[in-house]
Amino acid sequence: MNELSQTLTQPVVASAAWFEFAKRHRAFLASTVVLVFPLVMPFTALAVNILIYGLYAVGFNLLFGYLGLLSFGHAALFGTGAYLCGIAIVHFAWPWYAATAMGILGGAVMAAGIGALAIRTRGIYFAMVTMALSQCVFYLFYQAINWTGGENGLRGINVRTIDIFGLQFDFINPLTRYYVIAAFVILALFALSRILASPFGAVIEAVRENEARARASGYNVTLTRLITFILSGAFCGLAGALMALHLSVVPIEILHIETSGMVVMMSLLGGMGTFFGPFVGAAVFLLLENLVSLWTVHWQLIVGAVFVICVLFFPAGIWGTILKRINP
Amino acid sequence: MPPLSFDLIALQLFTGLALGAIYVLFAIGLSLIFGMLTVVNFAHGAFYMVGAYVGLFLLSLGGNFWLCLLAVPLIVGTCGLIVERFLIRPLYGRGIDYPLLLTFGLSYVMVELIRIAFGKSGYPFDTPEILQGAVNIGVGYFPLYRLFVIGIAAAVLLGLWLFLERTSFGLIIRAGARDPQIVRVLGVNLSRIWLFVFGIGSGIAGLAGLLAAPLQGVIPEMGATILAEAFVVTVVGGMGSIGGAVIAGLLVGVVVSMTSLFAPEMAKVSIFALMAIVLLIRPQGFFGRAGLMS
Repeated sequence: MNELSQTLTQPVVASAAWFEFAKRHRAFLASTVVLVFPLVMPFTALAVNILIYGLYAVGFNLLFGYLGLLSFGHAALFGTGAYLCGIAIVHFAWPWYAATAMGILGGAVMAAGIGALAIRTRGIYFAMVTMALSQCVFYLFYQAINWTGGENGLRGINVRTIDIFGLQFDFINPLTRYYVIAAFVILALFALSRILASPFGAVIEAVRENEARARASGYNVTLTRLITFILSGAFCGLAGALMALHLSVVPIEILHIETSGMVVMMSLLGGMGTFFGPFVGAAVFLLLENLVSLWTVHWQLIVGAVFVICVLFFPAGIWGTILKRINP
Repeated sequence: MPPLSFDLIALQLFTGLALGAIYVLFAIGLSLIFGMLTVVNFAHGAFYMVGAYVGLFLLSLGGNFWLCLLAVPLIVGTCGLIVERFLIRPLYGRGIDYPLLLTFGLSYVMVELIRIAFGKSGYPFDTPEILQGAVNIGVGYFPLYRLFVIGIAAAVLLGLWLFLERTSFGLIIRAGARDPQIVRVLGVNLSRIWLFVFGIGSGIAGLAGLLAAPLQGVIPEMGATILAEAFVVTVVGGMGSIGGAVIAGLLVGVVVSMTSLFAPEMAKVSIFALMAIVLLIRPQGFFGRAGLMS
């Protein structure tokens, strides 16, 4: 009897051990996927898009999935990162690395501003306040025509070569461009994995699970929320800066409500609160968009319907559902 | 800039009230649905937009505007009933974020369906002939149609107030908003009430869309803009409070029209500044019930 139950449970134990291993090295595994990814994509530009939107979704997921706050205003953080990176290059002729840092800082500062107002509200208000404030940010950038180009977007972010430690990379070549951007994304993934594994990461999840209990344990819930929002803003700002470098223009649409909604969809499709889910969601969303666009211009109809079905029947998302199967 | 006079400011105030009337109608449905169902309806903007398009379609068939005023809320309200029954109802009890996400996805679908049926570009929407022109309201000439919008909004509010305060059905709705569990225990079938409330809310949103159409034209994206602004109204007024939605809606309308008189470049941003101030001073809004959101 004992022997039988042992043989029965053994494979489960083995899979759990494998799961633990995968969890510990999640950033490393995700990086491996990122490195081979462009080789399996139909074209590299799509892979670059998935990479950048994936990072944007990862930043969003830190807030939504791990802290449990649903923001409908992340376009403001993504867009600010893109615009500040672009403005640094176009108006101040900063080198690309300084401009990227500026994008990260911009995303974080914008998050501090929006976050300071939005976390004063709770629950369902949060989504509404962040959405309204991001609409406000849209109008501010839209009206600062001298800096942002207004409706036409910010043009002329020409970065031809990227030099790191004396090495020069041709940024025009799509595959080189992919790996330069991938390097940033991988760094961000390692940083995120480190944050989540830290005691602070545990506090983030504690606040999500039970706010009152986290507060009773002596943690500062409001400060935790604000710091997480700022970190999320920094990740999204980086994604925005990379987007500006990649597109060499910043379209005003980057600040639209749709850009906020898109990341919500990506996160939920992939699986909120999972490390790699947002990337899966971004990939599925963009592949779906590209595939359906081949057949009809009304891709939003299909994407919207898929999202509604996902909310109704697969709230854990694609990656979340797979994880549950592997490790119930 | 024209010389500022009392009359000009008073006229601009009325313009603000007309704009505010649209906000009020939009926000009141949002608030009603939230107060009862605790669902933040992100598809509310889409219902508003559908209302304008249904009006456009009925007029192109040869209907008149007065018929539209009656038919549009009924048709859009019916859409609302279908949405609640088949899409939102399965999500009750699964957390407050899920209906929100679902209605958000639904708004994508609705906007795209309208784009398929009517095309991507917008349409002008003629003011009905009887309501063209301007009337003297004591401080100067004011467009008749805007006055009409204020009147309709007031009539709808009055009707809604009488319905909620003076009928037994309204009593059940109010009781259900306060304590759904007790109402259920008393043997009331709340899911039917919720269905009905969702229908009323979306019907009023459709009416607001129809009324706004002659003022700003009709485009598929018209719902997204007003949704963000209506969130400001609900945050300022207090979510779930109908009185709050009325006062905050009118206030937001007046703030927009006044800033477009004094500082046009600030008009779009002003209401968000208003929201920021309210959040800093009174996070639950003018009439928000403390604790409702936690």
